Amino acid sequence: MFVPLGNEAIAQGALDAGLSGVYAYPGTPSTEITEYIQRSQQAQARGVHRDWSANEKTAMEAALGMSYVGKRAMVCMKHVGLNVAADPFMNSALTGANGGIIYVVADDPSMHSSQNEQDSRFFGKFAMIPVLEPSNQQEAYDVPFYAFELSEKYTIPVLVRMTTRLSHSRADITTRDPIPENEIALPTNAQQFVLLPALARKKYADLLKQQADFILEAEQSPFNRYEDHSDYGLGIIASGITYNYLMENYPDGCPYPVLKIGQYPLPTKLIARLVDSCASVLVLEEGMPLIEEQLRGYPFDTGKIRGRLDGSLPRAGELNPTLVAKALGIETSPTFTVPPIVANRPPQLCQGCPHGDTFTALNEALDQYSKGRVFSDIGCYTLGVLPPYNAINTCVDMGASITMAKGAADAGLLPAIAVIGDSTFAHSGMTGLLDVINANKTVKIFIVDNQTTAMTGGQHHAGTGHLENIAIGLGVPEDHVRVITPLPRQHADNVKVITEELNYEGVSVIIARRECIETAKRHRKTAKQNDSPQSEDTTQQKELA
Amino acid sequence: MKYDIILSGVGGQGVLSIAAIIGMAAVKGKMRLKQAEVHGMSQRGGAVQSHLRIADQPIYSDLIAEGNADMVLSMEPMETLRYVSYLQPAGVIVADSTPFVNIPDYPELDDIIATLREYPNVYLIDATGLAKNMRAARSSNMVLLGAASRFLPLEASTLEAAITSIFARKGEQVIAQNINAFRQGRASVSG
Repeated sequence: MFVPLGNEAIAQGALDAGLSGVYAYPGTPSTEITEYIQRSQQAQARGVHRDWSANEKTAMEAALGMSYVGKRAMVCMKHVGLNVAADPFMNSALTGANGGIIYVVADDPSMHSSQNEQDSRFFGKFAMIPVLEPSNQQEAYDVPFYAFELSEKYTIPVLVRMTTRLSHSRADITTRDPIPENEIALPTNAQQFVLLPALARKKYADLLKQQADFILEAEQSPFNRYEDHSDYGLGIIASGITYNYLMENYPDGCPYPVLKIGQYPLPTKLIARLVDSCASVLVLEEGMPLIEEQLRGYPFDTGKIRGRLDGSLPRAGELNPTLVAKALGIETSPTFTVPPIVANRPPQLCQGCPHGDTFTALNEALDQYSKGRVFSDIGCYTLGVLPPYNAINTCVDMGASITMAKGAADAGLLPAIAVIGDSTFAHSGMTGLLDVINANKTVKIFIVDNQTTAMTGGQHHAGTGHLENIAIGLGVPEDHVRVITPLPRQHADNVKVITEELNYEGVSVIIARRECIETAKRHRKTAKQNDSPQSEDTTQQKELA
Repeated sequence: MKYDIILSGVGGQGVLSIAAIIGMAAVKGKMRLKQAEVHGMSQRGGAVQSHLRIADQPIYSDLIAEGNADMVLSMEPMETLRYVSYLQPAGVIVADSTPFVNIPDYPELDDIIATLREYPNVYLIDATGLAKNMRAARSSNMVLLGAASRFLPLEASTLEAAITSIFARKGEQVIAQNINAFRQGRASVSG
């Protein structure tokens, strides 16, 4: 039996639906989609493209190139990754697709591992492309077949929205026979992908015209389902995974009519049927109130619609069966209260992590300066904000450490420090570094190089082995590209190097290089093979599958 | 029949390995399964949990509703208490009594144990100590699973078969060590 994570289900579905290439940059909760395809013998045998891309934008553009030649491609990212890829995303709604293309975006409501909880369905609406939102692992498997067909039928990219719970939860599913990949077939219209204004205006008119078709598809979609029941006192719209939380509360069947939503733009006729026939309507949606806002339609808000905007459900955070029960007025089970003795146990840098040694040395070297000048970035090293290090002052988005440090230096905060990971640098740091070099400001850039994308589990990245050459090539003076080894026994030497560079007026890049202890452990284990893996927390999934 | 388990511990302790074995045993027993895992940032030494649901009928929610878990199965005493709101009034707690101290303000262990003992059905197992005595320190999760097996709606033989197949690639010795740990854990709770 196949018991995949939601992410693994969508990966296997895409493979079985004739995928020719997956393009992605790792990001929780999306990472396992690409990792599954990388491990897959089926993908290996077919030669499906499955290497990591430098970032989400390069990933999406490469996938669009694969679609251009007529093959089926998939791009995977976390929700904030779509911000990075927003340019190709929005414009590809106008170029359209040739081979089917799907953008799988995994949102993280409640911010388990993210800096915000933006809802990608809004991006889908913004780009005016169809959006699919599977509610369970079986639908996650089925979605790629349907989405590739939809994409090719209307020559349009299709967004697939996942959320953390579905991405990281497993259940048994049934699979289908794989279908073959597409042959190469270039677009019949040689100008399809040319967004010159005159051509783009025509493409935009086409997209607007398609909207009615997309709504019609949603009315008939197998992922949208009207379930009629006898009590019209309430109607419920349940999108994505919230359908499960609803049904969990009615083990003997829901007494109210339910409209299960898994495809957008919204099916207007199905919605009207529910709203017209029921006294009030409760909208359940994971993330932001996209459906609810459309139904409220100020100034015609009749008070009939309930959801996250009127306090029936919390405005922020992910839903669960208990919150849904409360919104339905169902009495919840009595519970024990968590005793106050329980202390928080936040995530932290691993014992022996190289970042800890870098922060200790940096803190000591910075001791002579006023506090508040360390701009950091997205990765394990963001945990340097916590005690005992208290070493960083910002974390905004991929690459922002270098550019924010530049802005602070422009304003007179000298020296300004940036701390960025090697993978993050390759993802979004290089252009910012070029800005710093051109401005010739006293900005000290630490690339904390653990030779992997560590936070997401140790994936290969585009910058490995190239960091010094990139820094020098962009224009950092060669003698101010320094490499240190973050180890306790190197501490005094490292403080000395950092101090020398702090005293230099100009741009320095200090590469703190030591392999992540987790990937180092794994490499040692691969070398030995004989070790027992009981305490390995992530490797048992294949056996279950 | 449905059985809902909250598994908890600290990132890296082997919580998902326990989940994988119970899951495989359930699937082999022709039961349905849903299991929500924690990936990402929390795995860096933070508190982790997994919602594991098995049933002989379709399961809707990936998450267990508060007040509904049949068992909290925990690799760590304080991490047990963190999830008691999920436990049914008559639910069972099976927990390793050995603390995992990686924070400066870890409470007094005696206070944690005393608080745990206030719950109705608590089985505190020195799984870490038992595993160490067997010179199989990394099998403490199998000791704990053995103790929990007294209450799970799964045959011990089915669980042992799952352990065997999950560790199959690691060779006979590792399998035997884990089966032994499982049996010791099972013996530590009177049936």
